[in-house]
Amino acid sequence: MIVWPHTITPLGDRALTIDFPEVDAATIRDLLRMLDARVGADAPTGVTARVPAIRTLTLHYEPTHTSYVALQSYISATLAGLTVVPGAPRDPVVIPVCYGGEFGPDLTDVAAAHDTSPADIVEAHTAGHYTVAMLGFLPGFPYLDGLDAALHTPRRATPRTSVPAGSVGIGGASTGVYPFASPGGWQIIGRTPVALFAPERTPPTLLQAGDQVRFVAVTDYELRRYAATS
Amino acid sequence: MSITVRQPGIQTTVQDLGRLASQQLGVPVGGAMDEQAHRIANLLVGNADDAAALECALGHVALQFDAPAVVALTGRDITASLDGAPIPAWRAVRVHAGALLSLHNGCRTTIAIGGGLDVPIVLDARGTSLRAGFGGFCGRALQKHDVLSVATPSRRSQRIVAELELQSRTSAQWATSLSLLPCYSATPTVRFIPGPEHALLTDASRDALHADSFRLAPESDRMGFRFSGVPLTLTVTRDMLSSGVTAGTIQLPPGGAPIILMADRQTTGGYPRLGEVIAVDLPLVAQLRPGDSLRFASVTLDQAHALYRARERDLATASRAVHLRFDDGGERAR
Repeated sequence: MIVWPHTITPLGDRALTIDFPEVDAATIRDLLRMLDARVGADAPTGVTARVPAIRTLTLHYEPTHTSYVALQSYISATLAGLTVVPGAPRDPVVIPVCYGGEFGPDLTDVAAAHDTSPADIVEAHTAGHYTVAMLGFLPGFPYLDGLDAALHTPRRATPRTSVPAGSVGIGGASTGVYPFASPGGWQIIGRTPVALFAPERTPPTLLQAGDQVRFVAVTDYELRRYAATS
Repeated sequence: MSITVRQPGIQTTVQDLGRLASQQLGVPVGGAMDEQAHRIANLLVGNADDAAALECALGHVALQFDAPAVVALTGRDITASLDGAPIPAWRAVRVHAGALLSLHNGCRTTIAIGGGLDVPIVLDARGTSLRAGFGGFCGRALQKHDVLSVATPSRRSQRIVAELELQSRTSAQWATSLSLLPCYSATPTVRFIPGPEHALLTDASRDALHADSFRLAPESDRMGFRFSGVPLTLTVTRDMLSSGVTAGTIQLPPGGAPIILMADRQTTGGYPRLGEVIAVDLPLVAQLRPGDSLRFASVTLDQAHALYRARERDLATASRAVHLRFDDGGERAR
């Protein structure tokens, strides 16, 4: 029988986080997707929400209906019987981005941090083939895997109190798009007019975990025209 | 029946107990900042504890009722009046048609109305998601002249009003026991369970976290409360992968000023986690005003669960008492 070495850590008194420190990046996404689906299907008593992230699955629970110890046993038993298979490939979702200037105030800082030009940063960012590792932080906010290592940039020392909707940013080894104006600590390199979340849509998010994504550079004029016609 | 907003206050929103299950879409849980105040306010007016109510930041709110109703105001340091006459907080209060309910002062006051606010259900809940602009009343904070609909009150709620009418009283003689009220303060000590990055604090910063007080900064909102104090530092800097966070997560951005994540928090975060404020102490944080300060004290998960289960038992007992008094069969049972 296959085992998936894992750790379980309390996240306060109404949630816990399952981590897989030894599982490699190629396997973790499929493992999390399948574990998340299994927990969703089992609907164990007292579990109120599941939040898959890049390397972790967080379960929220109601302590009057279950206990930490009961959930630990459930998780270990579930992982012991889990067979992991890769997800089916999908067509990429293309997201237009106007890089730099007023829309990407941190582009020059990011370029300076990597000793290169803003144009090279844009070229590297649009050349990437990205996969949605998770949705989180804000409704429909995609954390994208596949960022060129040459673009990895630490978050800002102090988060901005407001980042505009549609902002495209880099946070560490991830890149993503802010669906709404929000406080945020990522380095902002551009902006897209595409709506990533609409509560009346089913599903409400443009992207799902596992989707493929490409960015294309557009001009300021094209961005405004797109925003006006969609 | 409906309520007209005469004065919207600084930020008044429709809230319930949030959208826990939509977190996997990245949707913030939202809901009442002070869940305990929200649940007790609903209990006092005969609603289910997750009925939609108003949450008012600070004061300066005035609401006009076009029909008789029962309301309850809960929270910290509340001063309120009905047509100019003072009314108590943490009690059922009868409102007559045409009356003006004024909240003069408070921190985060819940105003529950018998029947609950009738706003559309979006993603399984009625609360306002301010950042995303959906839910609640038009996805935003209330503005002057907004008109809110109230759903048909339950039998229990109607009986609470009927009893007050029969007694010719404005406010109820009964209340929930004092032991159910959080020990609100401008300088509370809040308990937390140390988190994964707590062990990475320098010795000096760990001592500071446990001994110093941290002042609530003005740039705090429903998403997170920012605190100022001696900057806290970690022995190693780590750029972390985003992972699930929860209500009460104490994050430490590189600037060294801790943030406690609140109702409208993001579903995941990538800053080091010093720990989580325990559920029963979150109301104390929610009711802080900018300039107030708190201290942290660590507890174990088992202690937190014991406190949580005790509070839930007390709330269930209070709820049963209201049912016994006002529900069908209650008269005979007595």
